[in-house]
Amino acid sequence: MSGVALDPKTAPPFPMAAKTALGDTQLRKNVRHATDVIQAKRARVVGEMPDWQELREAGKQIRQHTMENLDFYLEEFEANCTRAGGVVHWARDAEEARRIVVALVKASGSDEVIKIKSMTTEEIQLNSALEAAGIHPFETDLAELIIQLGEDRPSHIVVPALHKNRHEIREIFRREMNLPELGDQPQDLADAARVFLREKFLRVKTGVSGANFLIAETGGLCIVESEGNGRMCLTLPETLITVAGIDKVIPRFQDLEVLLQLLPRSATGERMNPYNSVWTGVNAADGPRVFHVVLMDNARTEILADEEARQTLNCIRCAACQNACPVYRQTGGHAYGSVYAGPIGAILTPQLQEMHHAQSLPYASSLCGACYEVCPVKINIPEVLIHLRNKVVQQNTAGVAGFFDVEAGAMKAMAMIFRSERRFRAAQRLGRVAESPLVRKDGWIGWLPGMLGGWTQVRDLQEMPKETFRDWWEKRGRNGN
Amino acid sequence: MVRVLERLGHTVEFPAGQTCCGQMHWNTGYQAEAMPLLSRFVEQFREAEAVVVPSSSCVAMMRDHYPKMAVSLKDEKLIADVEALLPKVFEFSEFLTKRLGLEDVGAYYPHRVTYHASCHGLRNLGLGDGPMRLLRAVRGIDLVELQGLEQCCGFGGTFAVKNADVSGAMLADKMAAVLNTKAEACTACDNSCLMHIQGALHRQKTGVRTVHLAEILAGDEGVAQ
Repeated sequence: MSGVALDPKTAPPFPMAAKTALGDTQLRKNVRHATDVIQAKRARVVGEMPDWQELREAGKQIRQHTMENLDFYLEEFEANCTRAGGVVHWARDAEEARRIVVALVKASGSDEVIKIKSMTTEEIQLNSALEAAGIHPFETDLAELIIQLGEDRPSHIVVPALHKNRHEIREIFRREMNLPELGDQPQDLADAARVFLREKFLRVKTGVSGANFLIAETGGLCIVESEGNGRMCLTLPETLITVAGIDKVIPRFQDLEVLLQLLPRSATGERMNPYNSVWTGVNAADGPRVFHVVLMDNARTEILADEEARQTLNCIRCAACQNACPVYRQTGGHAYGSVYAGPIGAILTPQLQEMHHAQSLPYASSLCGACYEVCPVKINIPEVLIHLRNKVVQQNTAGVAGFFDVEAGAMKAMAMIFRSERRFRAAQRLGRVAESPLVRKDGWIGWLPGMLGGWTQVRDLQEMPKETFRDWWEKRGRNGN
Repeated sequence: MVRVLERLGHTVEFPAGQTCCGQMHWNTGYQAEAMPLLSRFVEQFREAEAVVVPSSSCVAMMRDHYPKMAVSLKDEKLIADVEALLPKVFEFSEFLTKRLGLEDVGAYYPHRVTYHASCHGLRNLGLGDGPMRLLRAVRGIDLVELQGLEQCCGFGGTFAVKNADVSGAMLADKMAAVLNTKAEACTACDNSCLMHIQGALHRQKTGVRTVHLAEILAGDEGVAQ
């Protein structure tokens, strides 16, 4: 039932995928409109916080401290969650996490699960694994439901169906829910989803969720959401299975004071989420009788080991960077070939692939810094992008192949020129000679060869000046004398 | 820039051995190639009372990365030199507004102008409304605010060729905003953004020019057309 998954291993390079996305004017219009709306809401509720910068710093400190002591807090979480009646499982990678979840669902005796929106289960393509095992997953978050019914893919961390407008959503619901008369007002769509989902909530005995935070101090878990469908998934089933990356842990319950101010304001422009669920283990009187947590590594310890990229793990998945990013706003999320799109995806995805795939993503940014400016935990995304670019260059220039790399050759040649005044002067003179066949009569260049051709797709380039600043300076003498 | 600084009574030197700050190499992932340019910069400018740079992204490169680069080279002397030199390095508008505390530099520029806030100047250097205050004080100028002033023009160094399509789409938005102002010229504190914007303004035969902020501030009744 699910569409083709976003898989960084098989996705085309970003520039290619972006070109396709740029040709889809409806998609671009939807993405532009949605990100504009969320950004305006965010700006309003952030603007009313006099201590926003202090909050960001506090958020950063909490996350940084956690990452520096991750082993300690994970074990503390495991001990406290177990004590409260939860069962903690450890998964080294996506494959192991999928195997554990499939086995747990089977053991629960159900061949269906209701799911609350979870990017982590998207990351490991859990739905395909469940379906392959004969288990039917029902996504219950409205946006995820749209994605699932439309056999589509999520394009945004917080608003997965951001690339769809309500007319398109109506068509999906009409077709998949067999409602030929359905209108396209938000209320019509919500009503249809409510009727469709309510029956699932009441019937299905097993739930699967992600988590926003794992609280080490209490062994509790926290999920924030807007619809209440998550609350249904967390409370109605007999068995609840939560899948979370090991980066989701926080030390103390009190840390939520900071993080739950930062997250909703940054994510949806709300002062707080309509539904904030915190649960700890099992309770005989209420809620699921069986509770499992699958703590998944999936390359996160490799990221932790890289001192310069470690801050990637501080992310609390608010997607403010996606909404602010001028690249994401042009292409939407699918071009990134991963459930994690936008600036955070550009640093997270290649690292989750241990730099074996998605090497074009660190370059999918003009380094404008809009992401860093809005990040609620102050992840310096441009800095990490540059660090990862260096890793890509080191891969590309290693061995014999590197010797023939055109870009590396040009970069090394330019570096050699910049290291000497004599060579720099010569290059300025030679540059004029070299460009001369390309310069038109009006003094402009309209076509450049090879890699540089990207420039002249939509831009001209002025010829180099006949008199450089250096020439002018030397002719006039100091202070114009 | 020389004209403005000299008009304000400063002595301008141009160390002939200077070349490039290394931003292009650093930002594209060629860290090893950028490293030697750091010590070159320090050698060339260590004697200066103030180093004034007509490009916000070059200053951002120095401020954001030079200290860490020096540390990674494990060269104690270089670390100390960088630490001593960086507080003396200023982006041009920043030098005028923050170091000299000026807004009116006696310029005359009778044209309709709009200002694009280059990303590195805006976010890395925190130039704020400094350049706009300098522009407002220019005699004869008709200053129009640019919609989406803080949006990137799509240049991003090698981004413009590596991701030419996305860069072009970003540039199209910037162009539309510039044309909406009906300005004769678009200005900024960074020539690289201006080269990028100018490339499209020229390709589309819009007749709109790009001028560096220094060119506007250098204008006086004698030289401005």
